[in-house]
Amino acid sequence: MKIKNNIAISDSGFVFNPSSGESFSINPIGTKIVNMLKEKKSFDQIKKQILKDYETDEITFEKDYFDFVSVLKRYLLIKDNE
Amino acid sequence: MNKQKITVAVSGLNATDNPGPGIPVIRALREAKSFDVKIIGFSYESLEPGIYMHNLVDKTYQIPYPSAGTDVLLKRLNYINDIEKVDVLIPNFDAELYSFMKIEKKLEKMGIHTFLPTIKQFEERHKVNLTKFGKKYNIDVPHDKVIYSPLEIYNLASEFTYPLFVKGQFYDAYLANSPEQAIFYFNKINTKWGTPIIIQQFVHGTEVNVIGLGDGKGNTIAAVPMKKQYITDKGKAWAGISINDKKLLEITDKFISSTKWRGGFELEVIKTDENKYLLLEINPRIPAWVYLAVGVGQNIPEALVNLALGKKVKTYTKFDIGKLFIRYSYDLIVDLKEFEQISTYGEL
Repeated sequence: MKIKNNIAISDSGFVFNPSSGESFSINPIGTKIVNMLKEKKSFDQIKKQILKDYETDEITFEKDYFDFVSVLKRYLLIKDNE
Repeated sequence: MNKQKITVAVSGLNATDNPGPGIPVIRALREAKSFDVKIIGFSYESLEPGIYMHNLVDKTYQIPYPSAGTDVLLKRLNYINDIEKVDVLIPNFDAELYSFMKIEKKLEKMGIHTFLPTIKQFEERHKVNLTKFGKKYNIDVPHDKVIYSPLEIYNLASEFTYPLFVKGQFYDAYLANSPEQAIFYFNKINTKWGTPIIIQQFVHGTEVNVIGLGDGKGNTIAAVPMKKQYITDKGKAWAGISINDKKLLEITDKFISSTKWRGGFELEVIKTDENKYLLLEINPRIPAWVYLAVGVGQNIPEALVNLALGKKVKTYTKFDIGKLFIRYSYDLIVDLKEFEQISTYGEL
Protein backbone atom coordinates (compact mmCIF):
# COMPACT_ATOMS: atom_id res chain seq x y z
CA MET A 1 0.00 0.00 0.00
CA LYS A 2 1.52 3.32 -1.00
CA ILE A 3 0.39 6.89 -0.65
CA LYS A 4 0.72 8.54 -4.08
CA ASN A 5 4.03 10.37 -4.37
CA ASN A 6 2.52 13.72 -5.26
CA ILE A 7 0.18 13.86 -2.25
CA ALA A 8 1.18 16.65 0.14
CA ILE A 9 0.66 16.11 3.88
CA SER A 10 1.24 18.90 6.38
CA ASP A 11 2.05 18.46 10.08
CA SER A 12 -1.47 19.60 10.93
CA GLY A 13 -2.97 16.70 9.00
CA PHE A 14 -4.03 18.73 5.96
CA VAL A 15 -3.80 16.53 2.88
CA PHE A 16 -3.81 17.97 -0.65
CA ASN A 17 -4.12 15.97 -3.84
CA PRO A 18 -2.59 18.23 -6.54
CA SER A 19 -3.99 16.24 -9.45
CA SER A 20 -7.61 16.46 -8.33
CA GLY A 21 -7.51 19.66 -6.28
CA GLU A 22 -9.18 17.89 -3.36
CA SER A 23 -8.10 18.53 0.20
CA PHE A 24 -8.84 16.68 3.42
CA SER A 25 -8.27 17.09 7.14
CA ILE A 26 -7.06 14.03 9.00
CA ASN A 27 -6.89 13.62 12.78
CA PRO A 28 -3.50 13.07 14.51
CA ILE A 29 -3.57 9.26 14.44
CA GLY A 30 -4.64 9.31 10.79
CA THR A 31 -1.82 11.72 10.00
CA LYS A 32 0.62 9.39 11.72
CA ILE A 33 -0.60 6.41 9.65
CA VAL A 34 -0.57 8.37 6.38
CA ASN A 35 2.97 9.56 7.07
CA MET A 36 4.08 5.98 7.79
CA LEU A 37 2.45 4.80 4.57
CA LYS A 38 4.26 7.60 2.75
CA GLU A 39 7.52 6.36 4.28
CA LYS A 40 6.64 2.95 2.79
CA LYS A 41 6.37 1.27 6.18
CA SER A 42 4.76 -2.16 6.14
CA PHE A 43 1.46 -3.02 7.78
CA ASP A 44 3.29 -4.84 10.60
CA GLN A 45 5.57 -1.88 11.24
CA ILE A 46 2.60 0.49 11.36
CA LYS A 47 0.70 -1.85 13.68
CA LYS A 48 3.65 -2.15 16.03
CA GLN A 49 4.08 1.63 16.20
CA ILE A 50 0.40 2.38 16.79
CA LEU A 51 0.04 -0.31 19.46
CA LYS A 52 3.07 1.18 21.17
CA ASP A 53 1.81 4.78 21.02
CA TYR A 54 -1.89 4.29 21.74
CA GLU A 55 -3.97 2.34 24.21
CA THR A 56 -5.65 -0.04 21.81
CA ASP A 57 -5.70 -3.75 21.04
CA GLU A 58 -4.70 -5.54 17.87
CA ILE A 59 -8.23 -6.39 16.71
CA THR A 60 -9.53 -2.82 17.12
CA PHE A 61 -6.46 -1.44 15.37
CA GLU A 62 -6.82 -3.80 12.40
CA LYS A 63 -10.52 -3.05 12.01
CA ASP A 64 -9.99 0.72 12.17
CA TYR A 65 -6.86 0.58 10.00
CA PHE A 66 -8.55 -1.20 7.10
CA ASP A 67 -11.56 1.05 7.45
CA PHE A 68 -9.27 4.10 7.22
CA VAL A 69 -7.34 2.67 4.27
CA SER A 70 -10.57 2.04 2.38
CA VAL A 71 -11.41 5.73 2.81
CA LEU A 72 -7.97 6.69 1.48
CA LYS A 73 -8.58 4.42 -1.50
CA ARG A 74 -12.00 5.91 -2.15
CA TYR A 75 -10.43 9.36 -2.32
CA LEU A 76 -7.68 8.08 -4.63
CA LEU A 77 -4.87 8.91 -2.23
CA ILE A 78 -3.41 5.40 -2.33
CA LYS A 79 -1.59 3.97 -5.35
CA ASP A 80 -1.52 0.16 -5.43
CA ASN A 81 -2.07 -2.77 -3.21
CA GLU A 82 1.04 -4.62 -2.23
CA MET B 1 14.43 51.25 -19.65
CA ASN B 2 11.00 52.77 -20.13
CA LYS B 3 8.25 50.32 -20.89
CA GLN B 4 6.18 50.86 -23.99
CA LYS B 5 2.80 52.43 -23.23
CA ILE B 6 -0.09 50.90 -25.13
CA THR B 7 -3.83 51.41 -25.18
CA VAL B 8 -5.96 48.30 -24.76
CA ALA B 9 -9.73 48.18 -25.10
CA VAL B 10 -11.47 45.52 -23.02
CA SER B 11 -15.12 44.47 -22.81
CA GLY B 12 -16.82 42.28 -20.21
CA LEU B 13 -16.82 44.84 -17.38
CA ASN B 14 -19.73 43.05 -15.69
CA ALA B 15 -17.97 41.98 -12.50
CA THR B 16 -21.24 40.55 -11.16
CA ASP B 17 -22.28 37.14 -9.80
CA ASN B 18 -22.20 36.02 -13.44
CA PRO B 19 -18.88 37.67 -14.11
CA GLY B 20 -17.38 38.73 -17.39
CA PRO B 21 -13.62 38.35 -17.78
CA GLY B 22 -12.97 42.09 -18.31
CA ILE B 23 -11.89 43.10 -14.80
CA PRO B 24 -9.47 40.19 -14.22
CA VAL B 25 -8.06 40.74 -17.73
CA ILE B 26 -7.45 44.40 -16.87
CA ARG B 27 -5.80 43.49 -13.56
CA ALA B 28 -3.51 41.15 -15.47
CA LEU B 29 -2.62 43.86 -18.00
CA ARG B 30 -1.91 46.36 -15.24
CA GLU B 31 0.59 43.85 -13.83
CA ALA B 32 2.25 43.18 -17.19
CA LYS B 33 6.05 43.35 -17.14
CA SER B 34 6.50 44.03 -20.84
CA PHE B 35 4.33 47.17 -21.21
CA ASP B 36 2.31 49.84 -19.43
CA VAL B 37 -1.34 50.21 -20.34
CA LYS B 38 -4.08 52.69 -20.72
CA ILE B 39 -7.36 50.80 -20.41
CA ILE B 40 -10.42 51.67 -22.43
CA GLY B 41 -13.51 49.85 -21.20
CA PHE B 42 -16.25 48.83 -23.61
CA SER B 43 -19.63 48.45 -21.92
CA TYR B 44 -23.15 47.53 -22.98
CA GLU B 45 -25.10 48.52 -19.88
CA SER B 46 -24.78 51.44 -17.48
CA LEU B 47 -24.55 49.27 -14.38
CA GLU B 48 -21.54 47.19 -15.33
CA PRO B 49 -19.37 47.67 -12.23
CA GLY B 50 -16.12 48.01 -14.19
CA ILE B 51 -17.30 51.35 -15.62
CA TYR B 52 -16.91 52.87 -12.17
CA MET B 53 -13.63 51.18 -11.22
CA HIS B 54 -11.44 54.15 -12.06
CA ASN B 55 -8.34 52.58 -10.55
CA LEU B 56 -8.55 49.89 -13.26
CA VAL B 57 -10.40 51.45 -16.19
CA ASP B 58 -9.22 54.83 -17.51
CA LYS B 59 -12.22 55.58 -19.71
CA THR B 60 -15.33 53.66 -20.71
CA TYR B 61 -17.41 53.87 -23.86
CA GLN B 62 -20.72 52.15 -24.41
CA ILE B 63 -20.81 50.15 -27.61
CA PRO B 64 -23.84 48.88 -29.53
CA TYR B 65 -25.23 45.39 -28.93
CA PRO B 66 -24.17 42.79 -31.52
CA SER B 67 -27.76 42.71 -32.81
CA ALA B 68 -27.29 46.27 -34.14
CA GLY B 69 -24.92 44.92 -36.80
CA THR B 70 -21.28 45.48 -37.66
CA ASP B 71 -21.80 48.80 -39.52
CA VAL B 72 -23.10 50.47 -36.37
CA LEU B 73 -20.32 48.86 -34.35
CA LEU B 74 -17.64 50.05 -36.77
CA LYS B 75 -19.01 53.59 -36.72
CA ARG B 76 -18.82 53.62 -32.93
CA LEU B 77 -15.32 52.10 -32.93
CA ASN B 78 -14.16 54.72 -35.43
CA TYR B 79 -15.40 57.46 -33.13
CA ILE B 80 -13.65 55.89 -30.11
CA ASN B 81 -10.46 55.21 -32.00
CA ASP B 82 -10.18 58.80 -33.24
CA ILE B 83 -9.96 59.86 -29.60
CA GLU B 84 -8.14 56.96 -27.97
CA LYS B 85 -5.94 55.38 -30.67
CA VAL B 86 -6.55 51.83 -29.48
CA ASP B 87 -3.62 49.44 -30.05
CA VAL B 88 -5.25 46.17 -29.00
CA LEU B 89 -8.83 45.06 -28.45
CA ILE B 90 -9.78 42.11 -26.24
CA PRO B 91 -13.48 41.22 -26.60
CA ASN B 92 -14.66 39.03 -23.73
CA PHE B 93 -18.28 38.12 -24.47
CA ASP B 94 -19.25 35.03 -26.45
CA ALA B 95 -22.10 36.91 -28.09
CA GLU B 96 -19.91 39.75 -29.42
CA LEU B 97 -17.00 37.62 -30.67
CA TYR B 98 -18.51 36.88 -34.04
CA SER B 99 -18.97 40.60 -34.83
CA PHE B 100 -15.37 41.38 -33.93
CA MET B 101 -14.05 38.43 -35.92
CA LYS B 102 -16.03 39.65 -38.93
CA ILE B 103 -14.51 43.13 -38.79
CA GLU B 104 -11.01 41.97 -37.81
CA LYS B 105 -9.41 43.17 -41.06
CA LYS B 106 -11.11 46.56 -40.86
CA LEU B 107 -9.94 46.93 -37.27
CA GLU B 108 -6.41 46.10 -38.36
CA LYS B 109 -6.58 48.92 -40.92
CA MET B 110 -7.65 51.25 -38.12
CA GLY B 111 -4.55 50.18 -36.18
CA ILE B 112 -6.54 48.07 -33.73
CA HIS B 113 -4.97 44.64 -33.28
CA THR B 114 -6.86 41.59 -32.05
CA PHE B 115 -5.88 37.99 -31.42
CA LEU B 116 -9.06 36.05 -32.02
CA PRO B 117 -9.87 32.58 -33.27
CA THR B 118 -10.74 32.32 -36.94
CA ILE B 119 -14.41 32.10 -37.90
CA LYS B 120 -13.80 28.46 -38.89
CA GLN B 121 -12.36 27.66 -35.47
CA PHE B 122 -15.17 29.56 -33.79
CA GLU B 123 -17.90 27.71 -35.69
CA GLU B 124 -16.29 24.30 -35.49
CA ARG B 125 -16.05 24.28 -31.68
CA HIS B 126 -19.62 25.56 -31.28
CA LYS B 127 -21.76 23.58 -28.81
CA VAL B 128 -24.04 22.63 -31.69
CA ASN B 129 -21.08 21.00 -33.51
CA LEU B 130 -19.31 19.40 -30.54
CA THR B 131 -19.88 15.77 -31.58
CA LYS B 132 -18.50 16.47 -35.06
CA PHE B 133 -15.60 18.33 -33.50
CA GLY B 134 -14.81 15.41 -31.18
CA LYS B 135 -14.80 12.95 -34.09
CA LYS B 136 -12.63 15.15 -36.29
CA TYR B 137 -9.96 15.77 -33.67
CA ASN B 138 -10.29 12.46 -31.83
CA ILE B 139 -11.34 14.05 -28.54
CA ASP B 140 -13.98 12.27 -26.40
CA VAL B 141 -17.22 14.18 -25.87
CA PRO B 142 -20.49 13.14 -24.16
CA HIS B 143 -23.31 12.00 -26.43
CA ASP B 144 -25.46 14.93 -27.52
CA LYS B 145 -28.21 15.87 -29.92
CA VAL B 146 -29.33 19.16 -31.37
CA ILE B 147 -33.09 19.68 -31.29
CA TYR B 148 -35.45 22.37 -32.53
CA SER B 149 -38.79 21.44 -30.97
CA PRO B 150 -39.89 20.34 -27.47
CA LEU B 151 -41.77 17.47 -29.11
CA GLU B 152 -38.42 15.87 -29.94
CA ILE B 153 -37.77 15.41 -26.20
CA TYR B 154 -40.18 12.46 -26.02
CA ASN B 155 -38.09 10.62 -28.60
CA LEU B 156 -34.87 10.92 -26.61
CA ALA B 157 -35.46 7.84 -24.44
CA SER B 158 -33.75 5.48 -26.89
CA GLU B 159 -30.53 7.53 -26.96
CA PHE B 160 -30.30 9.16 -23.52
CA THR B 161 -30.84 8.33 -19.88
CA TYR B 162 -32.01 10.86 -17.33
CA PRO B 163 -30.64 13.10 -15.97
CA LEU B 164 -29.48 15.01 -19.03
CA PHE B 165 -28.44 18.57 -19.76
CA VAL B 166 -30.57 20.99 -21.73
CA LYS B 167 -28.28 23.70 -23.11
CA GLY B 168 -28.74 26.95 -24.97
CA GLN B 169 -26.58 27.60 -28.01
CA PHE B 170 -24.80 30.53 -26.32
CA TYR B 171 -25.60 30.49 -22.62
CA ASP B 172 -27.50 28.53 -19.97
CA ALA B 173 -27.50 24.85 -19.12
CA TYR B 174 -29.99 23.01 -16.92
CA LEU B 175 -29.99 19.48 -15.56
CA ALA B 176 -33.31 17.77 -16.29
CA ASN B 177 -34.43 14.66 -14.43
CA SER B 178 -37.49 13.90 -16.55
CA PRO B 179 -38.93 14.70 -20.00
CA GLU B 180 -41.31 17.18 -18.33
CA GLN B 181 -38.39 19.06 -16.81
CA ALA B 182 -36.51 18.92 -20.12
CA ILE B 183 -39.49 20.51 -21.90
CA PHE B 184 -39.71 23.20 -19.22
CA TYR B 185 -36.03 24.05 -19.66
CA PHE B 186 -36.31 23.85 -23.46
CA ASN B 187 -39.00 26.54 -23.36
CA LYS B 188 -37.10 28.63 -20.82
CA ILE B 189 -33.93 28.69 -22.95
CA ASN B 190 -35.85 29.07 -26.22
CA THR B 191 -37.54 32.24 -24.94
CA LYS B 192 -34.16 33.77 -24.16
CA TRP B 193 -31.76 32.48 -26.78
CA GLY B 194 -33.90 30.71 -29.38
CA THR B 195 -33.23 27.34 -31.00
CA PRO B 196 -31.36 25.11 -31.55
CA ILE B 197 -31.23 23.58 -28.09
CA ILE B 198 -28.59 21.00 -27.25
CA ILE B 199 -29.40 17.86 -25.29
CA GLN B 200 -26.26 16.47 -23.69
CA GLN B 201 -25.96 13.25 -21.70
CA PHE B 202 -25.14 13.89 -18.04
CA VAL B 203 -21.91 12.13 -17.07
CA HIS B 204 -20.97 11.34 -13.48
CA GLY B 205 -17.58 12.66 -12.49
CA THR B 206 -15.61 15.73 -11.50
CA GLU B 207 -15.63 18.84 -13.63
CA VAL B 208 -12.21 20.27 -14.36
CA ASN B 209 -11.35 23.29 -16.48
CA VAL B 210 -8.34 24.56 -18.35
CA ILE B 211 -7.52 28.08 -19.43
CA GLY B 212 -5.18 28.23 -22.39
CA LEU B 213 -3.66 30.40 -25.08
CA GLY B 214 -2.79 29.17 -28.56
CA ASP B 215 -0.51 31.07 -30.94
CA GLY B 216 -2.49 30.18 -34.07
CA LYS B 217 0.34 27.94 -35.34
CA GLY B 218 -0.42 24.96 -33.16
CA ASN B 219 1.72 25.91 -30.16
CA THR B 220 0.53 26.14 -26.57
CA ILE B 221 1.67 29.46 -25.11
CA ALA B 222 -0.03 28.98 -21.75
CA ALA B 223 -2.26 26.45 -19.98
CA VAL B 224 -3.45 26.16 -16.39
CA PRO B 225 -5.91 23.51 -15.15
CA MET B 226 -8.33 24.38 -12.35
CA LYS B 227 -10.94 22.59 -10.28
CA LYS B 228 -13.91 24.60 -9.08
CA GLN B 229 -14.16 24.59 -5.30
CA TYR B 230 -17.32 26.64 -4.88
CA ILE B 231 -20.03 27.07 -7.49
CA THR B 232 -22.78 29.73 -7.45
CA ASP B 233 -26.39 28.92 -8.18
CA LYS B 234 -25.66 30.14 -11.73
CA GLY B 235 -23.02 27.44 -12.01
CA LYS B 236 -20.14 29.92 -11.99
CA ALA B 237 -16.92 29.26 -10.11
CA TRP B 238 -16.70 31.46 -7.00
CA ALA B 239 -13.55 29.70 -5.84
CA GLY B 240 -11.16 27.34 -7.56
CA ILE B 241 -7.74 25.77 -7.20
CA SER B 242 -4.91 25.19 -9.66
CA ILE B 243 -4.24 21.50 -10.14
CA ASN B 244 -1.58 19.35 -11.71
CA ASP B 245 -3.57 17.24 -14.15
CA LYS B 246 -1.17 16.00 -16.81
CA LYS B 247 -3.86 14.27 -18.88
CA LEU B 248 -5.83 17.50 -19.02
CA LEU B 249 -2.75 19.38 -20.20
CA GLU B 250 -2.20 16.70 -22.85
CA ILE B 251 -5.78 17.18 -24.07
CA THR B 252 -5.17 20.94 -24.15
CA ASP B 253 -1.99 20.53 -26.22
CA LYS B 254 -3.83 18.19 -28.56
CA PHE B 255 -6.70 20.67 -28.91
CA ILE B 256 -4.31 23.52 -29.73
CA SER B 257 -2.01 21.60 -32.06
CA SER B 258 -4.81 19.96 -34.04
CA THR B 259 -7.01 23.04 -34.41
CA LYS B 260 -4.12 25.57 -34.51
CA TRP B 261 -6.21 27.58 -32.08
CA ARG B 262 -5.58 31.30 -32.09
CA GLY B 263 -6.25 33.21 -28.89
CA GLY B 264 -7.49 32.52 -25.40
CA PHE B 265 -9.96 29.78 -24.54
CA GLU B 266 -11.37 27.61 -21.80
CA LEU B 267 -11.99 23.88 -21.96
CA GLU B 268 -14.70 22.45 -19.71
CA VAL B 269 -14.00 18.79 -19.15
CA ILE B 270 -15.60 16.05 -17.07
CA LYS B 271 -13.31 13.47 -15.53
CA THR B 272 -15.35 10.34 -15.00
CA ASP B 273 -15.04 7.93 -12.09
CA GLU B 274 -13.29 5.59 -14.56
CA ASN B 275 -10.66 8.28 -15.19
CA LYS B 276 -11.94 9.07 -18.67
CA TYR B 277 -11.91 12.68 -19.85
CA LEU B 278 -14.88 14.01 -21.82
CA LEU B 279 -14.87 17.47 -23.32
CA LEU B 280 -18.09 19.29 -22.40
CA GLU B 281 -17.54 22.68 -23.94
CA ILE B 282 -14.97 24.97 -25.53
CA ASN B 283 -15.34 28.63 -24.65
CA PRO B 284 -13.60 30.63 -27.38
CA ARG B 285 -12.37 33.42 -25.13
CA ILE B 286 -10.57 34.06 -21.88
CA PRO B 287 -12.69 32.87 -18.92
CA ALA B 288 -13.53 35.04 -15.89
CA TRP B 289 -11.15 33.06 -13.65
CA VAL B 290 -8.11 34.14 -15.73
CA TYR B 291 -6.58 35.95 -12.77
CA LEU B 292 -5.82 32.57 -11.17
CA ALA B 293 -3.53 31.85 -14.13
CA VAL B 294 -1.79 35.18 -13.52
CA GLY B 295 -1.53 34.39 -9.81
CA VAL B 296 0.17 31.05 -10.51
CA GLY B 297 2.68 32.52 -12.94
CA GLN B 298 1.10 32.70 -16.39
CA ASN B 299 -0.01 36.18 -17.43
CA ILE B 300 -2.23 35.08 -20.31
CA PRO B 301 -3.69 38.54 -21.14
CA GLU B 302 -0.15 40.01 -21.35
CA ALA B 303 0.95 37.22 -23.70
CA LEU B 304 -2.22 37.65 -25.78
CA VAL B 305 -1.58 41.39 -26.20
CA ASN B 306 2.01 40.73 -27.26
CA LEU B 307 0.84 38.13 -29.78
CA ALA B 308 -1.73 40.61 -31.12
CA LEU B 309 1.07 43.16 -31.57
CA GLY B 310 3.08 40.58 -33.51
CA LYS B 311 5.75 40.24 -30.84
CA LYS B 312 7.59 37.07 -29.97
CA VAL B 313 6.14 35.44 -26.88
CA LYS B 314 7.82 32.91 -24.62
CA THR B 315 5.89 29.76 -23.82
CA TYR B 316 4.88 29.41 -20.19
CA THR B 317 5.91 25.97 -18.99
CA LYS B 318 5.40 26.22 -15.23
CA PHE B 319 2.70 27.26 -12.82
CA ASP B 320 2.13 26.99 -9.06
CA ILE B 321 -0.02 24.05 -8.06
CA GLY B 322 -2.50 24.29 -5.20
CA LYS B 323 -3.21 28.02 -5.33
CA LEU B 324 -6.78 29.17 -4.87
CA PHE B 325 -8.80 32.06 -6.18
CA ILE B 326 -11.72 33.19 -4.06
CA ARG B 327 -14.07 35.88 -5.32
CA TYR B 328 -15.77 38.43 -3.14
CA SER B 329 -18.39 41.08 -3.60
CA TYR B 330 -17.72 44.72 -2.87
CA ASP B 331 -19.95 47.78 -2.85
CA LEU B 332 -18.83 50.71 -4.96
CA ILE B 333 -20.30 54.06 -4.03
CA VAL B 334 -21.02 55.97 -7.21
CA ASP B 335 -22.03 59.57 -7.73
CA LEU B 336 -25.28 60.02 -9.60
CA LYS B 337 -23.38 62.35 -11.94
CA GLU B 338 -21.25 59.45 -13.15
CA PHE B 339 -24.27 57.21 -13.72
CA GLU B 340 -25.92 60.08 -15.59
CA GLN B 341 -22.79 60.63 -17.69
CA ILE B 342 -22.55 57.01 -18.91
CA SER B 343 -26.33 56.65 -19.30
CA THR B 344 -26.79 59.88 -21.25
CA TYR B 345 -23.55 60.32 -23.20
CA GLY B 346 -22.38 56.72 -23.38
CA GLU B 347 -18.94 57.48 -22.04
CA LEU B 348 -17.30 58.02 -18.69
